[in-house]
Amino acid sequence: MSWKKALIPLAALPLIGLLAYGFTTDPRAIPSPLIKKPAPPFTMTVYDGGPLSLEGLRGKVVLLNFWASWCFPACYEEAPELERAWRAYRDRGLVVGVDIQDTEAAGRQFIDQFKLTFANGPDPGGKIAIDYGVYGVPETFVIDRQGVIAHKQVGGVTDQMVAEQVEPLLKP
Amino acid sequence: MIATVGSFVLFLGLVLSLYGAVISVLAGRRDRPDLLASARRTALVLVALTLLAAGLLIAALVNLDFSIRYVANNTSRGTPLYYRITGLWGALEGSIILWALWLTGYTALVAWRYRGAHRELMPTVLAVFFTACAFFFLVMTVPANPFARVWPVPADGRGLNVLLEDTYMFSHPPVLYLGFVGFTVPYAFAIASLVTGRLTPEWVIITRRWTVVAWYFLSLGNILGAWWSYHVLGWGGYWAWDPVENAAIMPWIMGTAFLHSVMIQERRGMLKVWNLALIILTFSLTLFGTFLTRSGVISSVHAFSQSSIGAYFLAFLGLVLVVSLSLLVWRSDQLRGHGELDAPVCRESAFLLNNVVLVGMCFAVFLGTIFPLLAELVRGVKVSVGAPFFNQVSIPLMAILLFLMGAGPLVAWRRATLDHLRRILLRPLGLAALVGVALYPVGRDYPAAVLIFALCAFVLASVIEEFWKGARARQRIMGEPLAVAVGSLTRRNRRRYGGLVVHVGVVLLVVGVAASSGFSREREVTLHQGEAVDVGRYHLLFQGLDAARESNHDRIWANVAVTNQGKPVGEMQPARKNYLANNQPISRAVMRSTLRDDLYVILTQADVDRTTGTHLATLKVLVRPLVIWMWIGGLVLTLGTVIAVWPDRRPSGVDEEAAA
Repeated sequence: MSWKKALIPLAALPLIGLLAYGFTTDPRAIPSPLIKKPAPPFTMTVYDGGPLSLEGLRGKVVLLNFWASWCFPACYEEAPELERAWRAYRDRGLVVGVDIQDTEAAGRQFIDQFKLTFANGPDPGGKIAIDYGVYGVPETFVIDRQGVIAHKQVGGVTDQMVAEQVEPLLKP
Repeated sequence: MIATVGSFVLFLGLVLSLYGAVISVLAGRRDRPDLLASARRTALVLVALTLLAAGLLIAALVNLDFSIRYVANNTSRGTPLYYRITGLWGALEGSIILWALWLTGYTALVAWRYRGAHRELMPTVLAVFFTACAFFFLVMTVPANPFARVWPVPADGRGLNVLLEDTYMFSHPPVLYLGFVGFTVPYAFAIASLVTGRLTPEWVIITRRWTVVAWYFLSLGNILGAWWSYHVLGWGGYWAWDPVENAAIMPWIMGTAFLHSVMIQERRGMLKVWNLALIILTFSLTLFGTFLTRSGVISSVHAFSQSSIGAYFLAFLGLVLVVSLSLLVWRSDQLRGHGELDAPVCRESAFLLNNVVLVGMCFAVFLGTIFPLLAELVRGVKVSVGAPFFNQVSIPLMAILLFLMGAGPLVAWRRATLDHLRRILLRPLGLAALVGVALYPVGRDYPAAVLIFALCAFVLASVIEEFWKGARARQRIMGEPLAVAVGSLTRRNRRRYGGLVVHVGVVLLVVGVAASSGFSREREVTLHQGEAVDVGRYHLLFQGLDAARESNHDRIWANVAVTNQGKPVGEMQPARKNYLANNQPISRAVMRSTLRDDLYVILTQADVDRTTGTHLATLKVLVRPLVIWMWIGGLVLTLGTVIAVWPDRRPSGVDEEAAA
C-alpha cells in the first residue's frame, strides 16, 4: 500500500480543523454597516414626556439603547449600568432608551423597577429598530457629537464599554 | 431523588457500553461465542437502562420537578401534559437521551436478531455499536447531563420553546433520529467487513432492509420537518436551506446514493469501494448533523443552546472519519471489483452516474453550509449563503436525477443498444415532451419548472410502463385479470416494484415543490374591519379581532371570511400568541389545503385604532399551488417502502430479482 494512500484518512483533519476554528467565532456577532455613517434620524414620544428627536440632540453624545422588558437577563443587567452612565455624564452626554416589541405596561414596569431617569420611549411599528438594523436586544449605538455612529454594542452595556467607547467622545 | 438515580443510571450506561465494546472485541479476536452472548445480554440491559433514564426524565417533566435544570428550562406550571412529555426532546440534553434510546434499541435489536448468525462479523458489529453508545453516554455523563440540578429551585419553569408547542411535536425529532441512528447498522457491518477482511457483498445483503428502513425514516423525518416549518413557523415556506435543515438532508442525499449503489454490488460485484465510502460518509454526515445543531459553529434558526458538547461531537466525528477511512485504504487493494463496465450505456453506468450526481449535490450543499466559516477563516468576513445558491445548484442536478429515475429502471444491464434505448424510452420521453409543450404557456416565466414537470411526467410514464409490461406478461402466462396480475407481480419482486412506487412518491413531492416554489402568489396588506383583499382565486374579508387567554399564553386572532369566486369557503383565524413566560409574540398562521393549492394566511400585526375603535389587521396572504402533493408524495413513499421491505415467505430471492 503506497504511502500516498495513507494520506487519504488524514484529509479529514483539515475539515475537523476548520470546524474547530468555528468554536472561536460567534456567528451571531454581525458587524454593522452603519459604523462611521450618520445616525438615521428619528422622532419618538417618550413615556411621560413629549416628543424627542435625534436632530435635537446634536452636539451631545448619545447612547441609543434598544431594549425590551422580556429580554432576560441581558437588559436587566445593563439597566443599572445605563442609569449610572446617565447620572455621571448627563451634562455632557445623554442616554436615550428605545423600548422595542413590547407592551407599554411591561415597559413602564421595567423603568420603574430600575428607577431609570433617562428618556425612554416605545417604537411603534418598529421603525427606529429597522432603521438601525436592530435584530436582537439589547443593542446600543454610540453616536458622537456630530451625529455619526461611532460604535455598536451587541449585548449588554458594561462599565468597560462606556469607559472605552463613550468617554473619549465626551472630551471636547 | 430522580436526579441522583438518573445520573447514576446514565453513568452505568457508560460503563456497560465500554464493557460491551471490550467484550465484543475480545469475542472476535478469540472466537468466543460465550463472550459474544455476554455482549448480547449487555445490549439488552443497556436498552433497559436507557428506557429507565428516559422514563425518569419524563416523570420529572410531568411532575414539574424544577430542581432539575432541564425541567426548569423546558416546562412550566401552565404547560399542558402533552408538551411536558414531548418536552423530553425539546432541548439539547433530552434530545441526546432520545438518540441514545434509539441507538441502544438498535444495538439490542441487531444483537438479538443475528444471535448465532454471521459469527465472523457480529463481534465487530457490536463493538462499533457499543462504541457509539459509549460516546453518547459519555456526553450525557459529562457535558450535557439531563439530570443536572439547579439551585435555588425556581418557583416556575420557563416552559417549552413556544415554537415547539404543536400537535406534531411527537413526530419530527423521534422519526428523524430513527433515520440517523438507523444508518449505524449498515455502517457497523461495513466496518466489520473491513476489519475482518470479509470483503464479499455479504454485509450489503444482510443490511439491505435495515438501510431501506433507515432511509425511509430519514426521508419521513425531513418531510415532517418541512411540514412543521410550513404550519408552525408561519412564513408560508417549508424549506429555507437553513444549516440545520441541510444537516438533515445531507445524510439523506448520501444515503440515497448508498441505497442505490449497493444494488450494483449485489448483482455485479462492482462499486465496492464506492459503497464503503458512501456508507462511511453517510454515517459521518449523521454525526456532522448533530454536531452542527449543538455546537453554535454556524448560526441557524434551529440551533440548540451552545455548550462544550460541540467539542465532544467534533472529536468523535474526527475519530470516526480517520479510523473508517484508514480501514478502507488498508483494504483497498483487496477491493478490486469483479466486473467492469461492459458498455458506456447500461444500467450499471446509470447507477454510477446516479452516485456521482448525488455525491455532487451533497458536496454542494455541504460547501454552502460551511462556507460562512471558511470565508471568515480565510478572508475575515461574515457572509451567509442562502437559498439562491442552493437552488441554483440543486435544480439542475435534480433534473438529471429525475431523468435517471425514469430511464434507469428501463435500461438493460450490461449493455444497451441504441435500438433497445429507442424502444424503451420513446413513449415515456414522448409523453414528457407533450407535457412540457402543454405546460409551456402556463410556465413561460419559469422554464426550469416546466422542464422539471416534463421530467416528472417521464418518470411516471416509465413506472406505469414497467408495471404494465410486467402485468401483461403475467396475464399472458397465468391468465390473471390485470389487477391481480399487478398484485402478484409486485409480490414476486417487492424490491423492484416497491422501489418504483417510492419513485412515484418522490416525483409527487418534486411536483409539489416545483409548483409551489415557482407559481405562488403573495400579498401583504393592512385591512380595517370590513375591508377585503383578493389573492389568486380567493377573496378574503376581515371581520374583526378577538382575544382569549389560554393556560400559558394570550391569543389574539383575526376573523377572516374566505370566498372563492363568490362561493363561501370558510372562516380562517390567523392568530398571534403571546406567551406569558417570555412575553415574546409568535404568529400562528392558518391554512386551507385543497388538491389544487393552499391558502395560507398570516396575521403579522393586530391593532385597534384608538380614535375610532375599529380593528386593524395586517395580513400576509399566500396562495401556493399543489403543496398538498408533497405530503401525498410522502404517503406514497411510505407505501412503496412497506412493499419493498415486506418479508418474502421464501428466502431472499436474489436470483429472481437478477432476472428483472
